[in-house]
Amino acid sequence: MASALINVPARAKRGDIIEIKTLMSHIMESGYRHKASGEAVPRDIITSFTCRFNGAEIFRADLFPAIAANPFFSFFTTVTESGKFEFEWIGDKGFSETASASISVE
Amino acid sequence: MGVSRRISRRKFCSASAAAAVTALASPLPALAQSAARIIVIGGGFGGASCARALKQIDPKLQVTLVEPNRTFTACPFSNNVIAGLRSIEEQKFGYDKIAASGITVVALEATTINAAARTVGLADGTSLAYDRLVLSPGIELRFDALSGYDEAAAAKMPHAWKAGEQTLLLRKQLEAMDDGGLVVITAPANPFRCPPGPYERACLIAHYLKTKKPRSKLIILDAKDAFSKQRLFQNAWKELYPGMVEWVSLSQGGKVNAVDPATNTLITDFGNHTAQVANVIPPQRAGRIAAIAGATDNTGWCAIDPVTFESRSAPNIHVIGDACLAGAMPKSAFSANAQAKTCANAIATLVAGRSPAAPKLINTCYSLAAPDYGISIAGVYHPKNGLLADVEGAGGVSPLEASRDFRAREADYAQSWFATITAEVFG
Repeated sequence: MASALINVPARAKRGDIIEIKTLMSHIMESGYRHKASGEAVPRDIITSFTCRFNGAEIFRADLFPAIAANPFFSFFTTVTESGKFEFEWIGDKGFSETASASISVE
Repeated sequence: MGVSRRISRRKFCSASAAAAVTALASPLPALAQSAARIIVIGGGFGGASCARALKQIDPKLQVTLVEPNRTFTACPFSNNVIAGLRSIEEQKFGYDKIAASGITVVALEATTINAAARTVGLADGTSLAYDRLVLSPGIELRFDALSGYDEAAAAKMPHAWKAGEQTLLLRKQLEAMDDGGLVVITAPANPFRCPPGPYERACLIAHYLKTKKPRSKLIILDAKDAFSKQRLFQNAWKELYPGMVEWVSLSQGGKVNAVDPATNTLITDFGNHTAQVANVIPPQRAGRIAAIAGATDNTGWCAIDPVTFESRSAPNIHVIGDACLAGAMPKSAFSANAQAKTCANAIATLVAGRSPAAPKLINTCYSLAAPDYGISIAGVYHPKNGLLADVEGAGGVSPLEASRDFRAREADYAQSWFATITAEVFG
């Protein structure tokens, strides 16, 4: 069962640089491993992560098989107005998860 | 006639024995002719076991055990001390019997090692020469790994990962805590001393809380997503301490990055936890003398040859116990004892000018989920591709479904194991 962890400050001053942290639990199976029987373990990874603020994309990352399980992102942005951050993870086998967090800017 | 025949046979035997010695003696290196000097640094389960095993295998070896403490305080069963189930005195062992068995015990700290000259420098400025050196220094806590967690912080937020004063400090804090308080244990990423230890500790602290402070809670903040005997422990938490123990894994934000000793706060990327009692088990590395000897690699631990336990980087220096990277073998007292015997055999063989055979080693770890509820894991290991690997199909863990009577018997076995190993090593 996938679950997202989000750390966004609840409030900030206009123009502040804030740090956003996210962690999505996911096995990130590379596709390069084999079972004891020799059979390949199929690839199962997150391929894309996106963060939007009030509808506009502010951060995007493509993910690849070398990235470890439970991808953790930390990134920074400048806040100019109150609003909502929306996060989206998309991956193999139809994986799709979203999360959101609001910030109030004074 | 009979008499004369006996005499002649005895003469024949002694003559052939002498011939055998002469024939063997000439190709051996010089040190095999005089007694080889073996120094063992560290008087815990690994070092003390190794010194004794060396002396038992070959009484002619000159064995010196260097250990600054006059008393050894054992870690196995120290979680019982924390939970108020056992006296710390029962954890303490001395070196008198070891000294009486013909081993020179030097109660000084080893401060320097000269691998080229094969000497060990001691805290009083003197030095000792060796033919082979065994390091069994245990662990050093990494006070640089968690922001805010240094030695001063450990006096407020005990690690209790080296038995002694820290064990008693954690005990006192639990006794002083109000009913309804929050206890937080932080567990490090692998590898570390005693992989099931944090989870046994959670059980036994929960046992104390349930008995004395039933409105309290315990949270484990973990830098891992899996741990030793996981399902057995999780079942025990549900069965014995429902609603009391919560495990927060790495993927649930359990990794602690920093601590604030002023407020007893544990800081993760996704939130803070303020505890009444905070038990911070920090990341670890090999005991300091291993780095001084040049036996550690960039992990902070010691890579070894799995047949002889000789360091991969420091010739004539062997590393056993928690300090070494033993592949699949966990860092436990049982492992240290098994490695000590293997290493002693290898050294006795090497100083006699022969090559040691590939060993098989065993480890068993008992944990208590309650005083009368034991669970265990056992493994057998052998050298494979330069590491110690699991022997497939050997060993195992306690069954997930078992009667309380079965669990009680395993708790008894745990007690017997401790009595046996401490009698063998220190008795």
